[in-house]
Amino acid sequence: MSTSTLVRAATPPAARLRLVDCDIHPTVRSMKDLHPFLSAQWREHLDSFGQRFRQAFGGATAYPKATPALARRDSWPADGSPPGSDLEMMQRQHLDANGIDRGMLFPLFPRALDERNIDCAHAVCAAINDWQVAEWTSKEPRLKATITVMAEDADGAVAEIERCAKNPAFAQVALVTRPIEPLGRKRYWRIYEAAAYHGLPLGLHNSGNNGHAVTGGGAPSFYFEEHQGVALSMQAMATSFVLEGVPQRIPDLKIVIVEGGFGWAAPLGWRMDSFFDRFRGEVPHLKMKPSEYLRRNFWWTTQPMEEPEQPEHLRAMIDWMGWDRIVFASDYPHWDSDDPRFAFKIRLNDQERQNIFAGNAEAIYGERLA
Amino acid sequence: MTRHIVAAVGEIPENGSKLVKVKGRPVALFHVDGSYFAISNVCPHEGGSLCHGKLVGLVQSSEPGVYEHSRPNEMLQCPWHGWEFDIRTGQSWCDPDSIKARAYVVSVEDGAELAKGPFVAETFPVSVENQYVLIEMK
Repeated sequence: MSTSTLVRAATPPAARLRLVDCDIHPTVRSMKDLHPFLSAQWREHLDSFGQRFRQAFGGATAYPKATPALARRDSWPADGSPPGSDLEMMQRQHLDANGIDRGMLFPLFPRALDERNIDCAHAVCAAINDWQVAEWTSKEPRLKATITVMAEDADGAVAEIERCAKNPAFAQVALVTRPIEPLGRKRYWRIYEAAAYHGLPLGLHNSGNNGHAVTGGGAPSFYFEEHQGVALSMQAMATSFVLEGVPQRIPDLKIVIVEGGFGWAAPLGWRMDSFFDRFRGEVPHLKMKPSEYLRRNFWWTTQPMEEPEQPEHLRAMIDWMGWDRIVFASDYPHWDSDDPRFAFKIRLNDQERQNIFAGNAEAIYGERLA
Repeated sequence: MTRHIVAAVGEIPENGSKLVKVKGRPVALFHVDGSYFAISNVCPHEGGSLCHGKLVGLVQSSEPGVYEHSRPNEMLQCPWHGWEFDIRTGQSWCDPDSIKARAYVVSVEDGAELAKGPFVAETFPVSVENQYVLIEMK
């Protein structure tokens, strides 16, 4: 299709609030982009064998997405390389056009959070981490990198956090959100202790395939159905964290739930609290009501924006969860990304806007966002 | 109502689009099967640039498992969230009563006719040998 590009003027910096985007997806043109960051052994291994995931068709997503490369149709670079692979285009189309001051990189392609070969997973995760620094954050200081780790082997994950933590380019730690066991399980705790020790929040973006249906209610037929299931899987993850006692054991652990919806956050707390008196003997390690852990240790990103029929109901939803619990994310360049100018269909006062678009993220990430 | 010359016939390939500005308003112009359609470039949902959208057919289903495809290339999918609009009316497919991308009346005229005026073509060179696409706007 032949098109002309809509040119939007960048907002002058003095006239606007700061803006932190907690979910931007950089992409490799191909896995060969990682070669400079891999040993000869792993380059040859990947060229010969490829990667292994708990699904058919290793190079694909589990469900066909709504658009090619699940991307905005206007985000393909002119040379046909994948959306999110061209820094200059990301700067022009997103960072400059939307006045983004800090953007959190979250690599989904390349993917290694749920690679089954443990050593290969650690090697590719490390390459993804080095690639973010070399190709993105060192060239564009507005961008911050995510330490990706393969969680099923805590030793390797902790070693990778230790390797990267001293580099201020990194602002958070990412693990797969659909692991072999729920993320609250003890086998993963060392990873959380390492992250908290280094002041790194967990950025948990829906990702990965553990071989089970996303819903717990059986395998979806449609991408639409899978897309709904994502929020359910994130609730299961948050419930596991709380009830296994992770935030009780590691009180300063920060958990940012990315692209998993937020409309469920408050009702999940209510539901857990309402049964807490009945079940507390089963989980005596919990010293506070479940909702108190949710309100202390968890944050949620806005995208994909909840869009109730009555826009004002959005205000009630945020009132329930707390205006300090929610941070803006665009999901650029994916098809369901949100534009910071239009994402909120309700009027926000200056303080609310400041908190959601920058202040809350700055409180979570602190000097890691500097 | 003024008619504005926005493109030359042949300039936009079949199923292609062109972003034009009329009186400062961005308008997405589409060429489908010999006809031209103009729709406000700003998606009423979150402002996606509709000229980058995808032209698709209308898929309907009378019951699960039965699909009917019609009106090829006459539904426009926003490049961002995939909201669909009828390219002839600008109406949203899912919520036609309350959501609409503004559609404009489009016509094709010979250059020889246009030379007589009174059409607005300040920025567009018109030659009598060609045909042109015009958009009506107040």
